[in-house]
Amino acid sequence: MRVLLSFVLAVVLFTSCQNSAKKSGKSGEASSNVKLTAAGATFPMPYYNMLFKKYAKETGVETTYGGIGSGGGIRSLKDKVVDFGASDAFLNDQQLAEMPAKVLHIPTCMGAVVIAYNLPGVDGLKLSNELLEKIFMGEITKWNDPAIKSNNPDLKLPATDITVVHRSDGSGTTFIFSDYMSKISQKWNDAVGRGKSLKWPTGMGAKGNPGVAGTISQTNGSIGYVGSEYAFAQKIQTAQVQNSSGKYILPSIESISAAAKGDIPADTRVSLTNSSDPDSYPISGFTWIILYKEQNYNNRSKEQALATVKLLNWIEGPEAQAEASKVNYAPLPQAAVEKAKAILKTVTYNGEPLLK
Amino acid sequence: MNSDKITKGVLLSVSILILMLAAGMVYSLVSGSIPAFKAFGLKFIVSGDWDPTYGHEKYGALPFIVGTMVTSIVALILCLPLSFSTSLFLGEYFKGTRVARILGLLVDLLAGIPSIVYGLWGFYVLRPWMISLGIGNQGFGIFTSSLILAIMIIPYATSLSNEIISMVPNDLKEAAYSLGATRYEVITSVIVPNARSGIVAGYILAFGRALGETMAVTMLIGNTNLVPTGLFQTGNTMASVIANQFGEADGLKLSSLIAIGLLLFVITGVVNAIGKFIIKKMS
Repeated sequence: MRVLLSFVLAVVLFTSCQNSAKKSGKSGEASSNVKLTAAGATFPMPYYNMLFKKYAKETGVETTYGGIGSGGGIRSLKDKVVDFGASDAFLNDQQLAEMPAKVLHIPTCMGAVVIAYNLPGVDGLKLSNELLEKIFMGEITKWNDPAIKSNNPDLKLPATDITVVHRSDGSGTTFIFSDYMSKISQKWNDAVGRGKSLKWPTGMGAKGNPGVAGTISQTNGSIGYVGSEYAFAQKIQTAQVQNSSGKYILPSIESISAAAKGDIPADTRVSLTNSSDPDSYPISGFTWIILYKEQNYNNRSKEQALATVKLLNWIEGPEAQAEASKVNYAPLPQAAVEKAKAILKTVTYNGEPLLK
Repeated sequence: MNSDKITKGVLLSVSILILMLAAGMVYSLVSGSIPAFKAFGLKFIVSGDWDPTYGHEKYGALPFIVGTMVTSIVALILCLPLSFSTSLFLGEYFKGTRVARILGLLVDLLAGIPSIVYGLWGFYVLRPWMISLGIGNQGFGIFTSSLILAIMIIPYATSLSNEIISMVPNDLKEAAYSLGATRYEVITSVIVPNARSGIVAGYILAFGRALGETMAVTMLIGNTNLVPTGLFQTGNTMASVIANQFGEADGLKLSSLIAIGLLLFVITGVVNAIGKFIIKKMS
């Protein structure tokens, strides 16, 4: 894996070198000499690519992003082969201790996991915490089960079998979903727990968001979970999920952003599932960019370090945040932006802060 | 003279390079799977518990070994009558005719279709048929995968047995006819006994191909990491679990996936060796 990874990065670096050689021959602007390399989570990749393109147009600083998964992003930063990494899950204390230097987390936008289902003629399904537990633990097997009926008295539920569809590949989407399930159900926490891939008590697996969404759309009576950015783009039928205040909430850009309105720790490493905000959609989360606090490593120039921090600071700005909802991500609430900007001010080069 | 030497040198170095590539592959598989075998010992092969959750990680390859073996064996059984009758048709009944040439071409064409296309066809055409027949868990499962595998290996089984059948000496067949044998009797008492080992080898090679098939199976088997209890249950295969999970895997899980790769490599290696051995013995 590591060999493969370094190969991929080598290719990325090589191609970016080629680009710079071509460019400097043509224009010779000072700013275009800085090239940034990043790698990590696939979930925010469409958003990042759009931002990096826009940023390159405005400033000439080009960024290459490799969507190699959150785990790969963390490894790449650990191996010091990127300017910054990206991850859908924050590093826990043990992972932070294993890194060669102090690592900072910068939240960039928010996403959620929606519950998609396929029941022709049944709109507005409401799922309580108890129902989610029973369906995904395999304890309810028919759609007309009394437990579902009593929670959805207005719906005409058929006697179809319930088919649970989950991810067959390791994924941050599965992590957020299982993190939420572990919070609302003791039984789930004990039997399954949280992780990027799980020991599923029921159902079948499909690869990627497109695989799960495709299987659901092709299978009568199926239910599963899909990343919000994909579900919104494809306009997939989704269920309302009960949040911690007892309200049933449909996933939307607004209800996802609301999940971060509560208290956020100064280092922004927090799980936002089952948020206390009464208007929040409960299966929501941040996605982060991770970078070293001390930017002088691997003979990086100060110019390179400054370009990195400036780019991240721009991502936290109103212009970049406004772009998020255009590609179906939820922007950060103001409080989270303030925290992220405060963290960026602590990034140093030879001990001196890069941003004033 | 000189060019002869150069050619020899190039050929030698290329063969050594290929040998080194193969050795390197085996080495990285073995060294990568050591942590998994260290942690679980031989239980890795016989345990059906695949639990990737952080904190209580446990990996057992049995669900995937069973899934791979069962899908491939059922595929072989399903493909047998189809490909055997096709090879008799091509190699004996209609040998050398235009019909046989066209049919032979079509069978060979089946081998050229990419795996993912079989997968798509299976997902959008075969699976709805399965659902309307009421088979399995929403059409997914071991049996559906076996069916698609059977179609995929037909050309491999057919082309070798077809060749062997057409190679049965005409003298023998004519002798049988002159003794008053019917065509059916010629097939059962002359052609099949003569071509037996070649036919068997063809099926073993086809079996070896079914073992490693990934994409089409992944799309149809349901990707459930449990030991299947019936033909119509969902399951998973060795190749499919590796393809699905290597992306976000690290540590013990990555090592376990590599160990599954090593096991698959060994199994397909043994199966192919048996097939080659039988061919060699026959000729």
